[in-house]
Formats: sequence, structure tokens, C-alpha cells
Amino acid sequence: MESTPSRGTEIAAAARDVGAVGAGMFLLGSSFGLLVVGSGLAWWWAPVFSGIVFAGSAEFLLVALAVVGTPLATVAVTTLLVNGRHVFYGLSFPLHRVRSRTGRAYAVFALIDEAWALATTRSAATLSGTRIVAGQVLLQACWVSGGVVGALAGNAFALDVPALDFVVTALFVVLATDAVRAGREATGPLLAVACALVARLVAPGEMLLVGMTLFVVALLVRYRLSARPEAADA
Amino acid sequence: MPDTGYLVAVVAVAAAITLALRAAPFALLTRLRSSPLVTYLGRHLPAGVMLVLVVHLLRDLPVDRPLLALRELVPVAVTVGVHLWRRHALLSMAVGTATYALALLVVP
Repeated sequence: MESTPSRGTEIAAAARDVGAVGAGMFLLGSSFGLLVVGSGLAWWWAPVFSGIVFAGSAEFLLVALAVVGTPLATVAVTTLLVNGRHVFYGLSFPLHRVRSRTGRAYAVFALIDEAWALATTRSAATLSGTRIVAGQVLLQACWVSGGVVGALAGNAFALDVPALDFVVTALFVVLATDAVRAGREATGPLLAVACALVARLVAPGEMLLVGMTLFVVALLVRYRLSARPEAADA
Repeated sequence: MPDTGYLVAVVAVAAAITLALRAAPFALLTRLRSSPLVTYLGRHLPAGVMLVLVVHLLRDLPVDRPLLALRELVPVAVTVGVHLWRRHALLSMAVGTATYALALLVVP
């Protein structure tokens, strides 16, 4: 073994962190691969999207936009709206744990929902940079290989499975369930659902970004209120 | 069928914007790491962001047609239930998706 024991231990810990989430991403990736070939694109567009854009749910949307020849300006605005939530991820992602420049650059590039959820639901004190980056590499490997398998299977068998639409929802339901458990409070989650419903009513076309922004504003207001001594017990 | 040049441009535009969004907070907030506000957001953001995403994924739920709404909501409830019970993400997703496949057969 060339790697030091601690490095190997950290990579093993990353593999345990990724575990079921990685398997889920492989499955989700394979449904993305099915979508790519089902939309009439060559199979290798699945690894191109997943390798270079690497944005999970946004990739499903990009393929749908691309096959109807959507103007690039619209693609740009849609990507900005759907991935706008990533601006908030950097606030709490423990990037300072990653020391090498290459590692930091990759950690930012590969900061997907699942990587952020994994890194922020574990104590920053016990997370090493190696463990964070190795986890991200494993997540992308699962995602890209799932896409290749799904696209090749779709090519070979002309598969069409409508129930696969639900995989994305199931993934985020599971991530939300874990995050709500880890948060140990009900007010924040209720605020989030309320903000999302308001956004659905007032801005159905830009629901995701409006809902996220409302929720962050609501959290900031709540922080201000709870920071005041007289309101602390309210 | 879109041509290769256009698809390359789609990938390039989406990749550039996604990377810029992911890098922005680190470029702007390098010294805010230890602030109590950031700690607060780090604790309370994750659950809320995931819930906003879930509501977004269920945005086309036909609330005026209860049977069609239940076709989506029952698999969601099953996914949560299985996850709280076994805490195994892949199992929860598999059972939830299987329930949805069944629901599609029962309520076409």
C-alpha cells in the first residue's frame, strides 16, 4: 500500500458515507441515461452531461430543453434558476477542511445536493478534506457510471418505465427526511414548506428560486428575532 | 434532432453557470466561516432546502382531483415511513418507487 493508513481510513470512511446515497445516485443516473437515449440523443451524451455539468436534477431538465432546440439564453436562465440554490450551499460547506488547490477546485465543482447533505449532516470536526473529496469523487463515479449503464440498457432494450419518474422525488424525500431528523426542530421545516407553497402560488414558473429565497429570508428574520434576549424564550 | 455544436454549447453554458454558482459564496465569504449567523444557517438550511425541493418536485400535484393526488402522495408517505423505520436510503427509494409503479396501475 502506497497510501498512508490514515488516508486509506479516510477513503474507507468516505465510501461508508456515500454508501446508500451512491447506490441511489447510480439508480437515478441510470434513469437519466434512459432519458438521454429515450430523447433521441446518442448514449455518450449521458457521461458528457454528468461528467461536465454534474448537476443531478438539472441535467434531466437540460436534456428536455436541448431536444426541442431551446435558445441558449433560455438554457442559461433556467440553469441559473434551478441551480440558484447552490449559492446557499457554500455558506455551510466545510471547504476549509480541504487543503490542496486541486482538491478545493474539485470540491467546489462537484458540490451537488448530495455532497452538501453528506458533508453538512456530519460534524465538521471529524470530517477530513480527504474524506470530503473522496466522497464527492465516489458520488460522481456512481452518477456517471449509472448514466452509461442506463443509456446503454435503453439502447439495447428500448426500455420505457414511467415509474422511474418517481426516483427523483423519492431521492429528495429521503434526503429531506434525514435532514429534518438531523435538524431536531419543526419550525424551520414548516417555514420551508410554507415558503415553497407560497412560491408555487405566486411564481409557479420560478417556484424553486422564489421558494428558496423566501425561506432564506424567513430564516434570517427568525435569527434576528431569536438573537434578541427578550425574544429568546418566545 | 439537435446538432452536436448546439449540444456542446448547452453543456458549456450550463456547466459554466453551475460552477459560478457553486464558487460564488467561497469567493465572497471566505472570512464569514466562524460567524454565528453562518453556523445558524448551516444548522437550519439543510432540511428546509430539501423540503422546498420536494414541494417543487410535487408542484404539479392535481389538488382538485384527490385520487390523482393520492397516487403521488401515498408513495411519498411510504418512502418517508420506510425511511424512518429502516433508515436505509436505497431501500426507502426502491419501496417508494415500487409503490408508485403499483399506484400507476391502480389509478391509470
